[in-house]
Amino acid sequence: MTRLQKKLSDHKSLIVFITAGDPDMETTLQIMKNMAEEKVDCIELGMPFSDPIADGAVIQRSTSRALKQNIRLEDIFGLASRFRQQYDTPVVLMGYLNPILHMESERFILRAKAAGVDGLVIADLPFEEGEEMETLCKKHDMALIYLLAPELSTQRTAAIVKASTGFIYCIAQYGTTGSESRSPASLQSVVESIRLYTDKPVMVGFGVSSEEKARQICEYADGVVIGSWLIRELERATDKPACARDFVRNLKKAMSIQV
Amino acid sequence: MRKKGYFGAFGGQYVPELLMPALGELETAFEESKKDASFKAQLDAYYRDYSGRPTSLYYAENLSRYAGGARLYFKREDLNHTGSHKLNNCLGQALLARRMGKTRIIAETGAGQHGVATATVCALFRMRCRVYMGKTDMQRQALNVFRMQVMGAQVVPVTSGSQTLKDAINEAMRDWIANVKSSHYIIGSVVGPHPFPTIVRSFQSIIGREAREQFRDRQLQQPDAIVACVGGGSNAIGIFYPFLDTAVKLYGVEAGGYGEEISEHAASISRGEIGVFHGKKSYFLQDSEGQIAPAHSISAGLDYPGVGPEHAFLKASNRASYVTASDEEAIDAVKIMARYEGIIPALESAHAVAFALKLAAELPADKSILVNLSGRGDKDVNTLMQTEKEPEHDAVTEKVVGS
Repeated sequence: MTRLQKKLSDHKSLIVFITAGDPDMETTLQIMKNMAEEKVDCIELGMPFSDPIADGAVIQRSTSRALKQNIRLEDIFGLASRFRQQYDTPVVLMGYLNPILHMESERFILRAKAAGVDGLVIADLPFEEGEEMETLCKKHDMALIYLLAPELSTQRTAAIVKASTGFIYCIAQYGTTGSESRSPASLQSVVESIRLYTDKPVMVGFGVSSEEKARQICEYADGVVIGSWLIRELERATDKPACARDFVRNLKKAMSIQV
Repeated sequence: MRKKGYFGAFGGQYVPELLMPALGELETAFEESKKDASFKAQLDAYYRDYSGRPTSLYYAENLSRYAGGARLYFKREDLNHTGSHKLNNCLGQALLARRMGKTRIIAETGAGQHGVATATVCALFRMRCRVYMGKTDMQRQALNVFRMQVMGAQVVPVTSGSQTLKDAINEAMRDWIANVKSSHYIIGSVVGPHPFPTIVRSFQSIIGREAREQFRDRQLQQPDAIVACVGGGSNAIGIFYPFLDTAVKLYGVEAGGYGEEISEHAASISRGEIGVFHGKKSYFLQDSEGQIAPAHSISAGLDYPGVGPEHAFLKASNRASYVTASDEEAIDAVKIMARYEGIIPALESAHAVAFALKLAAELPADKSILVNLSGRGDKDVNTLMQTEKEPEHDAVTEKVVGS
């Protein structure tokens, strides 16, 4: 069992997304360290891309701030390495395909691997286009996490959860990241139908924006992925690493309370 | 093999997972429509009675003399209702949307021609319409913004990124991701994920089919070369596709902008690299980190840092050649065509005219060139008036046209 799978098993997990380089690399590293100290279960590190079509306004703003720092992929590997020297918390990289292809996929995976990265989430790489990436990830023992739409399972879902490694990333609603929504009543049945096909941990993300929502989702899912919610808090905070520390501390506490 | 929708190594479906079911639904509807004779009859009727097709094939005698070589023929897509080839695609896709039971339409627009055509079909078919348009483009194409609004469309300014066509597509895709059940996204060019490049080609191919018939009916020799401007590439594919099985030379003219450096042009095939963006594998303008670079063209409709995957394939397989025309050459071409033919072409189409004039000069008088005059230039008069203030763009020297 990989570090990522081990970490996400046996308890309700919290995965937190932040953008590498927002507002700068040193702050990002401090945020990561503080979250690790609070025992966040996995850090999803965003690789900023010029045209993040799957992201809502909050992550778009975060991405623009990072791009103004001229963040290169090598800088992100450097950041992950520095974090890995001190912490065992799993790190998955999330981004868009073009910069990865531009570096060449295999080289990218090897560099990420060397930096202690555990997995990849690629927003514009659906299952249909993923065969080459799956082969390369498998070869180098890198998790490749596909996203799943909030639809009841079909043959296609079965194939996706089978191909997905590390965990299953179920999208909570139709929309971009961080979009406001009513808590979909059907989400529970979606998650339950995914479980018919897999024992892998099922994490729910996109628009999880309150402790209550996170707690509700954890009643049937294995955990939540938080992104825009924290980034909005970070935008307002003067001491960003402290803000991230308190955020993870409070949310972990809230998620552990049995309802 | 899981992949589909490839033209050689190009194309595919590189989209967020949430759009995959909609792409499947669209593909099914499109395949069924092809087998449905009533769908075709309906579309043909709208083409004829609403849009005014067939558009004419015009022999430009004055301009041919001006160029001093091959004969120049123009496929007059500028005479379509709404003033460009864009309506061909919008009528087809709106009928598909209706077939799928969608009640709301999303579109992006650069020059505003696709936005206007989409607003038009939405008024015609009583569908709600939202058009995303870069803020910069809204300023340079104010007339088209008003045309869309008067037909009842909601035009949403896009303020992210370069505030042009690329960013408008980003926003349209985000909207579609959120409203995929109720809405259809009428993409305006042969770009985006499969099946869009094939669908748009299929509706735009009427241009080339008509042209082939018109050459035949007038007992003219089929053209030796076809020239069309290429942004995303819909008017070019539309006129190229029915001629792919012939020996005719095909030229796609990309926007050369004002320089060869990144951000100074929109020549994705000529000066870009292979990558994946907006749902497809193709050629894109990008930097050393694989970030998509902003494009530049004087014509808002060509101001896109990518190109349709089938063009990438035609380039790779050497079936078509891709060249560039600069901002200045396009402006000059507008003026020449206006002066010698009494036709003001769109700045987009003027890129094709500019290259065709050069090509014609190199060919003997017994050869003929077919140019796709994809749109009319009314929308560009403000841009042209601004360039008039700059002396270097000023004069088109009157050349004596012998008779």
